[in-house]
Amino acid sequence: MTQPPERDDQDAADREAPVVRERPLGRNQPLVPAASIAGRALVTVIAIMTFLAGLTAGAAQLVADASAGWRASVAREATIQVRPVPGRPIDQEVARAAAIARATAGIAEVRVFTKEESERLLEPWLGTGLNFEELPVPRILVLRAAPGGRPDFASLRKALTGEVRGATLDDHRVWVERLATMANTIVALAIGVLVLVLSATALAVAFATRGAMAGNREIVEVLHFVGASDSFIAGEFQRQFLRLGLRGGAVGGAAALVFFAIASMAASAWVATPGGSQIEALFGGFSVGVWGFISVALIAVLVALVTAVVSRITVRRTLGGLS
Amino acid sequence: MVRFENVGLRYGMGPEVLRDVSFSIEPQSFQFLTGPSGAGKTTLLRLILLSLRPTRGLIDLFGHDVAGIGKDTLTTLRRRMGVVFQDFRLLEHLTTYENVALPLRVQGRDESSYRAEVVELLRWVGLGERMHVLPPVLSGGEKQRAAIARALIVQPDLLLADEPTGNVDPSLGRRLLRLFVELNKSGTAIVIATHDLALMDQFGGARRLVLGDGRLHIYD
Repeated sequence: MTQPPERDDQDAADREAPVVRERPLGRNQPLVPAASIAGRALVTVIAIMTFLAGLTAGAAQLVADASAGWRASVAREATIQVRPVPGRPIDQEVARAAAIARATAGIAEVRVFTKEESERLLEPWLGTGLNFEELPVPRILVLRAAPGGRPDFASLRKALTGEVRGATLDDHRVWVERLATMANTIVALAIGVLVLVLSATALAVAFATRGAMAGNREIVEVLHFVGASDSFIAGEFQRQFLRLGLRGGAVGGAAALVFFAIASMAASAWVATPGGSQIEALFGGFSVGVWGFISVALIAVLVALVTAVVSRITVRRTLGGLS
Repeated sequence: MVRFENVGLRYGMGPEVLRDVSFSIEPQSFQFLTGPSGAGKTTLLRLILLSLRPTRGLIDLFGHDVAGIGKDTLTTLRRRMGVVFQDFRLLEHLTTYENVALPLRVQGRDESSYRAEVVELLRWVGLGERMHVLPPVLSGGEKQRAAIARALIVQPDLLLADEPTGNVDPSLGRRLLRLFVELNKSGTAIVIATHDLALMDQFGGARRLVLGDGRLHIYD
């Protein structure tokens, strides 16, 4: 290079009181100042959205697990009810029904409820101390399917109807399938809520990005004049918004995980009560499991990525509009 | 390098602020762009910088007709030009070093690859001791030199300076002009927009592009 220009002594006089804020080389500041973005508000919105999405995903996971349990139980258990028929000794009918059931492929176990056990089943409704001799109390046989086996309940029903009078087979299929349908509906609704939450997050990010661009208009202009491409400028905004998205996602996701951990502990304490054990028998334990935790973490990452991508798209569109 | 043919510009439905402007800027040339305040000097510079498009006429920049260029080409062309704004336009949250390195940074270059280059240029313009500080603590002259260094760091083919001495005292103005002359000697074409007659008189041999009533008059 040529001879350097002289230093102007007047510069020293021009300088304001040297409140010198220095920064070493090699640590490039972001070109979009973090303070110029409504960062705290956006992080709060993203955290709330992630928390809600996490709760929804966790709840859906709970219902999906219960649904899977219900589906498995369809193939695992069935009940034969043998009603007393005048002129036919019920014990013989029960024994015949048990024999037919045992002969059916895929049935691993047949448990015949004794007369006393069957009568005891009525106690919750009729009370104790009654004489059941006069009552035509039906007898119950509980069938358990072999693991992985799929018994042919249609043939069994046909055989029972033909050979055992007063016998009916209840494989719970209709009832459990309805529950499973309900569970699937809840999972579908949860996915819908998740999509809505992500859309709301995307809109909030788009507004915040436009605000940030308006606030940094001069910086964007200077970047263009020094040869920055739209892609580079969009990348600078994207980096800032990804950081905010990760922060909000981490806070919201962590809050959702803490909520599930506390709820799980509270539920385990409650399960010790009779009511709790019945609810657990129907719906399963209140634990989102490993997949629940993984899905909450994935949602946090997804929200952060949505934040980054939406900010990039918004910047590109805005810059495209400016040209 | 730059060629304008019958270029006209109007804002909206208003009158033409530039009419039938025709001129060319040759490589390694030195010219002043002058005229009274409001004559359209900054507008003309913005046309060269492609931040404005003409309403009529032809602008050819480095062999490209700007009427049909895309955004990528526009970015490439801007990288061949350096610009010094009247109000410096330094980014307040970046240090002097980061501001001067900005044109290299936006090209995606790694910081370590240009550090020595930027530090050398900062020392050359007399800001070696001020490279770590933020613009608010720089004096007017230091800001001006930082803005010039930012325009020079990419060793542009064409340097556009808008009133580069407008915010500094006459002695600093003279020194800055000498800096531009040195740059010109090293191969950069220079366009200095100014209405400072004293400044132009110091370099009397330079070509003058004079704007008045929307028209351009050339005095070689």
